[in-house]
Amino acid sequence: MSALLEVEGLTAGYGAAPVLHDVSLTVQPGQIVAVLGANGAGKSTLLRTLSGLLRAQKGRIALEGQDLTKIKVEHLVRHGIAHVPEGRGVVTELTVEENLRLGGLWRKPQPSLEPIYELFPRLAERRHNEGHQLSGGERQMLALGRALVAQPKLLLLDEPSLGLAPKITAQIMALLRDLRDRTGLAVLLVEQNVRSALSIADEGIVLSLGRIVTRHDAATLVDDADLRHAYLGF
Amino acid sequence: MDRFVFLTFDGLSRGAVYAAFALALVLIWRAARIVNFAQGAMAVATAYVGYSVADATGSYWLGFVVAIVAGLLLGAGVERVVMRFVDHSSPLNGVVVALGLVLIIQGVLGMLYGNEFRPAAAPFSRDAFEIGGVALLSRYDLFVFAAVGAVVVLLTLLFTRTPTGLRMRAAAFAPDVSRLLGVSVGGMLTLGWALAAAVGSLAGMLVLPTELGLHPTAMDVVFISAFTAAVLGGLDSPIGSVLGGLLVGLLLSYISGYLGATVAPMAVLALLVIVLLSRPDGLFARSKARTA
Repeated sequence: MSALLEVEGLTAGYGAAPVLHDVSLTVQPGQIVAVLGANGAGKSTLLRTLSGLLRAQKGRIALEGQDLTKIKVEHLVRHGIAHVPEGRGVVTELTVEENLRLGGLWRKPQPSLEPIYELFPRLAERRHNEGHQLSGGERQMLALGRALVAQPKLLLLDEPSLGLAPKITAQIMALLRDLRDRTGLAVLLVEQNVRSALSIADEGIVLSLGRIVTRHDAATLVDDADLRHAYLGF
Repeated sequence: MDRFVFLTFDGLSRGAVYAAFALALVLIWRAARIVNFAQGAMAVATAYVGYSVADATGSYWLGFVVAIVAGLLLGAGVERVVMRFVDHSSPLNGVVVALGLVLIIQGVLGMLYGNEFRPAAAPFSRDAFEIGGVALLSRYDLFVFAAVGAVVVLLTLLFTRTPTGLRMRAAAFAPDVSRLLGVSVGGMLTLGWALAAAVGSLAGMLVLPTELGLHPTAMDVVFISAFTAAVLGGLDSPIGSVLGGLLVGLLLSYISGYLGATVAPMAVLALLVIVLLSRPDGLFARSKARTA
């Protein structure tokens, strides 16, 4: 099976000192890969570089064999990559419905929002509320729903559990796994919440100081006490 | 009483122009967080172009359309060639560049057309016709109301009913997120400047026949009135800027009618200072915290 996302020797950062050093990874179609690591390990920088918000200094990013290293950010979604940034990126001045429509504007004809409302009935109830009126969990659903409107092949998710109650985090994780099973969506999931990330991931990558220090099956990472102690601190 | 009614209608007519001009300022503020101090000079420049075409062809309306199209192009050009490259880390940078543009545009206009007033013809009679024995409105006033009303309606439809309007709003509020969703933020910015400059050109074409005529600095005082109107409206609110424009128009009309025309320009500045000191977020501000 050929990889969906291939990243080779990625070096990137802000200014002269790179944050990421020589990072290589692959994501297969329908695979959920968790990127783990402490604050400042370079997890968000990795996602920002993959989506072009930050330019790679070295290395190559390819989706289905097509080089996307120098692509414009606004064209990325057309290739099937959706990035839900940290802090969720809901446009708080726009309504729920406007946020969702925004996710599909580039498609002709514009996609129906009904499947998203079926997936998140709560968003349907609040469709005319503005983003700033939503709770943290609703915002996460909105950001996720908005990314799904574009029907991406790969979802880049940055800290979806941030600031959410454990119950809501569990719901969102379950939803991701369900989506993967039903639609073959691949997910690159950045998380501080190691347990909940590994509960749905197929594979875990541990970043430390901008380098990949280990990558294993999620089950191995959870079960192997030495690995857990060494890299995940629990 | 007749005088009060007359001054009210006169004020609303001037206020409508201020409203359009303030709306142009608000459009750019919302899109780029820059107060475009060059807007008056840009509007005059396009009015010169419009009247040149009108003189050459004998058709006011052709000149009118050319002025507005010139506004679209000039606005897009100023964003693409100048403003895009301004370092926005300090809000002052954009202001200084805009003031520099004013000097350049006014200098170039002086060289091309000379620094004397040139006549700016009105397409309709400015003689007021009588309603109930009082001279209230001229055909030209009606034209001003219709033109400004049309602009307000069209812009409202654009921003609330069209995909492009949604893109423009999203790009202004959350540029990075919008880009991730496939919105060309740079393109929306250019479009915002183009639209704003075109609305500014329209306001210029509407107000110049009621002033002394065409002159490189002809819009300076109008700019101050419109800026005051925009600040009154909170700078961020299209509806606020329209209400602010009408309010400033009325106030100036009463002041020049009852106290004398020479007091009016000072009164605008005084009003601007008072508003900035007491209600810097505008008269109609509702607090809405921006989170996340």
